[in-house]
Amino acid sequence: MLKFIANRLLLFIPTLIAISIVTFVLIQLPPGDYVTSYLMELEQSGQEVTAELATALRQRYGLDDPMVIRFFKWIGNIVLRGDFGYSMQWNRPVGDLIWERIGWTVAISLATMLFTWLLAFPIGVYSATHQYSPLDYVFTLIGFLGQSVPNFLIALVFMWLGYKWFGLEIGGLFSEAYLEAPWSWPKFVDLLNHLWVPMVVLGTAGTAGLIRTLRANLLDEIRKPYVVTARAKGLPERRVIWKYPVRVAINPFISSTAYMLPGLISGATIVSVVLSLPTTGPMQLRALMSQDMYLAGSFLLILSSLTVLGTLVSDILLAWVDPRIRVSG
Amino acid sequence: MFGKTKNKSEGLFTASQWQLMTWRFSRHRVAVVSLVVLVIFYLIAAFCEFVAPYDPGRYSAKYVLAPPTTLHFVSPEGKFSLRPYVFGLESARDMETLAVVFEVDESQVYPIKFLVHGDPYKLWGLWESDIHLFGVDGEDGMLFLWGADSMGRDLFSRVVFGARISLSIGLVGVFLSLVLGVILGGISGYFGGAVDVVIQRVIEFLRSLPAIPLWMTLAAALPHGWSPMRLYFAITVLLSLIGWTGLARVVRGRFMSLREEDFVMAARLCGASEMRVILRHLVPSFLSHLIASLTLSIPGMILSETSLSFLGLGLQPPVVSWGVLLQTAQNLRTVVLAPWLLLPGLAVVIVVLAFNFLGDGMRDAADPYSH
Repeated sequence: MLKFIANRLLLFIPTLIAISIVTFVLIQLPPGDYVTSYLMELEQSGQEVTAELATALRQRYGLDDPMVIRFFKWIGNIVLRGDFGYSMQWNRPVGDLIWERIGWTVAISLATMLFTWLLAFPIGVYSATHQYSPLDYVFTLIGFLGQSVPNFLIALVFMWLGYKWFGLEIGGLFSEAYLEAPWSWPKFVDLLNHLWVPMVVLGTAGTAGLIRTLRANLLDEIRKPYVVTARAKGLPERRVIWKYPVRVAINPFISSTAYMLPGLISGATIVSVVLSLPTTGPMQLRALMSQDMYLAGSFLLILSSLTVLGTLVSDILLAWVDPRIRVSG
Repeated sequence: MFGKTKNKSEGLFTASQWQLMTWRFSRHRVAVVSLVVLVIFYLIAAFCEFVAPYDPGRYSAKYVLAPPTTLHFVSPEGKFSLRPYVFGLESARDMETLAVVFEVDESQVYPIKFLVHGDPYKLWGLWESDIHLFGVDGEDGMLFLWGADSMGRDLFSRVVFGARISLSIGLVGVFLSLVLGVILGGISGYFGGAVDVVIQRVIEFLRSLPAIPLWMTLAAALPHGWSPMRLYFAITVLLSLIGWTGLARVVRGRFMSLREEDFVMAARLCGASEMRVILRHLVPSFLSHLIASLTLSIPGMILSETSLSFLGLGLQPPVVSWGVLLQTAQNLRTVVLAPWLLLPGLAVVIVVLAFNFLGDGMRDAADPYSH
């Protein structure tokens, strides 16, 4: 097990380095550099642009140096000082901007994840153990639909129906009255009243996918001879299913955590835009639209690193749950 | 009854792999229906100028956000006819709320006919014509099957035209992914050793790049002088350079297990070259799987076109695609005022659902171990 983890860790570092290089190249791609556009913006807003400011900025980011040195300065700033660069759009350090929004993003994503798991797990097991029953067909149909309807469309339909039937203005996380209010019990209730919408909307697609994989895996598993043996020994049906087949079939839940970790931070951009949620997604979108490359690049770097980290965590978890992976890996 | 089964079971022994698959596939009724639906959609996309009752750019201030026209089968006199009618549509302003209201004018009756003369078009840029599959005669009657958009353009015609772009623009990328996946996965699995290790590391790296943020960064990084179509096409091609990894893993696994099989050894002993072993003996044994996975990757491409255009990162307005059409329905106010603007989403859902069912059916049919 230790050897397995060490092996994975050794792969982790070169991957991170490769990711940082790709991100850097992408940041450099648009014509002009960050200082030229920043100074242009300052000039447009009527501020005085001195030559010293330009040189200071250029020196800080080392824009006159060759590409390789610039790369090491950029990544050095991030690793050593946590300085992700400066957002010209917001006129503030990128690091601060991201940290501000990360709380809500993680909260919404965790709630969604919980919803997905709580829903997908029992349904998946039921569908597999009651294959071709009417309810199984219903769940399969819902599963297919959940995979086929774009998330933002679900969000829009929700908003429309909510308004039409209940006169609700769905969207955001708080009612206007509580937006600036300090934390209190009614504010918390108000939050819960709003939170379920993104939870359900975001959870639908994830739930659908998980149900389908769990069902397929469990179906493969419960046909195996050891399940028959367990039944022949007279184990109660409940134990037969839950003791081993479910444990093996649970793999997709664990490997999906690899993709949930970056999802926690990016927070489903499209739905966030439609429902106007204060997550990082819409900010990243705006950064890209206005060519705020340091902000956008930092997002890409953070998200890819988290994917790698998530893969690492899920690999270790998988090896822990399933001894077969430990041995062959 | 007995004779029939006997014939079929006899046929079963001599049937080729493809025949077996076709039999299994035709038993999967949902998949067959999906195939028919998709063929219809692609035919509509190919002949959209003919199918759409109006030109997608034809606008009229008179019909801004006109609701879907009701089809009548019973004439005002109470006479039933199989040919549906529509009534004339008049827009007026409600003097109290100042909102535009539409009034149905029951004195004007326009029967819906097949093959009517309408807006002129040039099919595939080659043949000029003005004949449309269906519509109403004359200039006065309007047929808004799915309502009109904020510029008074017929939404149904626009959805029909959007099909052409939405259903085709990502296909090149999907195909490129397939080719790359088969070649690199094949090399990795067949030869093994150091080549395998290198390719596996590359795959692991590419898989760690998150698709949507990468897409958005690419969209911002590509030259701004390009037309939206060219930009979008470039990104789908670039992304296919990343998207081949999943397929490559499957192909690699298949190659690894197949190269040990007896029939491969037999082919080698007969003096077949490596290339012949791969192309003649190995690839056909999982070709069906490739087709199924190809089918399952197309809905992903349609969904990303829709989502990205919806966000404003994909295609842009002069281009008509399903994602662009949905852009107009971005906020609650518009959706409440004109819920029919969500209808392009219905087209997306139907096509994606059909592709998923079809791919599922094909995968089941292609799997020699399924029952």
